[in-house]
Amino acid sequence: MSTEATHTGSATQAPNTDAPNTDAPNPQAPKTASKTADAIEAARAQGRAAFIGYLPAGYPDKETSIAAAIELARNGADVIEIGVPYSDPVMDGPVIQQATTEVLARGFKLPEVFEIVEAVVKATDAAVLVMTYYNLIDRMGAEEFARRLAEVGGAGAITPDLIPDEGREWIAATEKHGLDRVFLTAPTSSPERVAQIVSASRGFVYGVSVMGVTGARDQVSDAAERVVTAARGAGAERVCVGLGVSTRAHVEEIGRYADGVIVGTALVVALRDGGPAAVAALTAELTGAETAR
Amino acid sequence: MSAPAEETRKYRDHEGPYFGNFGGRWMPESLVAALDEVEQTFREAKQDPEFLAEFHRLGRDYTGRPSLLTEVPRFAAQAGRARIFLKREDLNHTGSHKINNVLGQALIAKRMGKTRLIAETGAGQHGVATATAAALMGMDCVVYMGSEDTRRQALNVARMRLLGAEVVPVDHGAKTLKDAINEALRDWVASVEHTHYLLGTVAGPHPFPEMVRWFHQVIGDEAREQILAMEGRLPDVVAACVGGGSNAMGLFHGFLDDPEVALYGFEAGGDGVETGRHASAITLGRSGVLHGARSFLMQDEDGQTVDSHSISAGLDYPSVGPEHAYLAEIGRATYEPVTDSECMASFEMLCRTEGIIPAIESAHALAGAARLSRSWGEDGEGKIIMINLSGRGDKDVETAAEWFRMLPGQENDPVAETETAENTGDESPSPAPETGVQA
Repeated sequence: MSTEATHTGSATQAPNTDAPNTDAPNPQAPKTASKTADAIEAARAQGRAAFIGYLPAGYPDKETSIAAAIELARNGADVIEIGVPYSDPVMDGPVIQQATTEVLARGFKLPEVFEIVEAVVKATDAAVLVMTYYNLIDRMGAEEFARRLAEVGGAGAITPDLIPDEGREWIAATEKHGLDRVFLTAPTSSPERVAQIVSASRGFVYGVSVMGVTGARDQVSDAAERVVTAARGAGAERVCVGLGVSTRAHVEEIGRYADGVIVGTALVVALRDGGPAAVAALTAELTGAETAR
Repeated sequence: MSAPAEETRKYRDHEGPYFGNFGGRWMPESLVAALDEVEQTFREAKQDPEFLAEFHRLGRDYTGRPSLLTEVPRFAAQAGRARIFLKREDLNHTGSHKINNVLGQALIAKRMGKTRLIAETGAGQHGVATATAAALMGMDCVVYMGSEDTRRQALNVARMRLLGAEVVPVDHGAKTLKDAINEALRDWVASVEHTHYLLGTVAGPHPFPEMVRWFHQVIGDEAREQILAMEGRLPDVVAACVGGGSNAMGLFHGFLDDPEVALYGFEAGGDGVETGRHASAITLGRSGVLHGARSFLMQDEDGQTVDSHSISAGLDYPSVGPEHAYLAEIGRATYEPVTDSECMASFEMLCRTEGIIPAIESAHALAGAARLSRSWGEDGEGKIIMINLSGRGDKDVETAAEWFRMLPGQENDPVAETETAENTGDESPSPAPETGVQA
């Protein structure tokens, strides 16, 4: 997605929403292409939806979390989400809460995330995003967080508790450093909000498939396809769907209408119970790839 | 502080989402539509004479409004020269100010067609009030409460269950108020179609800070009228305890645009701010985002929320309502910490001098006001301090009895150090409250 395309029609509501237009650098001169968009487009060129896998940073320890993320990429993941452990993860269900609480309890510090991203970027061809609650960005400073993420080769960030209305600083920082910023759109989002979210996002738009928190579910909500259709209608070039996705059947079903499929909790369970080898096996099963081991 | 005439009512009518640099909506997109619906319903309701009549009728016939304004001369004489008046929110039905906001939001929920109320609670007062409103209006009710707090406030847990509410102990994190809010938000994301999250304080995403304040403004409006009728003048100081800050905002609201009235908010100082074991987010002064609002937030260098500590479950919260952060930043209100020891000294003093057992939360305001009066010395002569006695202490009897070594088997233990306000904020963490608080 070009920088130009990301900045159309964002002045909708709330005091901050006009900020992307005023604060962004010259839209004629984007610094970097979107790594995440490239990864999703490469999958599209192969006639399939992209596979996006989530694992928490530092779980169960730094080395194992790097090894597990590398297994994601070796077994067909196009994009990797490194989740940053946070004290108050309101969008996460029990499995991810438990994992990230353990990581925090062993003394995890934020700089570890950049080390992990760097190691995974060096070892794989996947686009590596972080998924982080916003206060961790805010405390470091949006500009400094973006600078450090770009420095280690990160593709950008997914921010589950940041809406574009409050995103002025983060949008400016990601623009400056050529990072993707993924905002979420929900089944309840109004057409005006979907338009605002689509125009503020860079890389892809995260379609929330179900009203709820992260966690494996038996069925994919029929809301998912409507979310994708709404985002496409608002001009989104890439829409990926997550929350509740846990089986190959889900991946195939969502892959028929979305540009990417996001799996988190099921992979965290695999890592918890079987280590990186189990992550490799599950990723291969979910992506339909041959196990690379 | 002097304000030019044309700027009167400049604070009182302030609407969200922003209060200076604070407030906003730092929330998952999934909840934005619900927040929009709440905001729109609230704005319409405020203009609807039928809604206003029903809200006022409930306040009068159910809550027992107006609450009294009581002068407490024997308490005041222990502290200094100033006269002290208590706004008696402790006399409301359910025992605290919380019922004002709960009845208002329950009416909003009904207006939106919601059939289920969820709430977080710390001390249990907001949970009890919400369970009460749910019973009154025939709605389902689930209250999330940190498992530490269900232990500290077992009486209120039983009250909520008697009222028909489901109480869910929350075992995550510090197992206190902030974790109960996290769990309530997770519920709401999945249940928003038929459920209203009845947030209990002036924190959270827009429109909660503005709406909760509005439902509590009756406290300040009544108090202003009452003191003018009784004394023919405004108080010199208006004081309240501040956790999330709803009782303080309700009382402050009546005096925000009276520049001659100084506003004081007293935060929970726990063992002392210098020990790190406290709940004084404003005193610490670090800006951050939590639970939907930008405000002052107790956090470490990475931005992880730091656990708060207080003998008072209702003040045990690591952030504060964004409008308080704003009033602190612009200097309109002053915020100071009060330690557990100072608080309990004033708790005891009010019991013994006036025959009123306050909530431990409210005792922070008593202690802060007493400290202020004492600091004035003879200059306090003729001054008036008004304090919001936001709740009664029935729920705290066991905690207080333990603190003062009144429980069976404690008779021979030394009583915790609670002598005067001056010798507190000290280095000696009193062992008494710890046993009741720790796992």
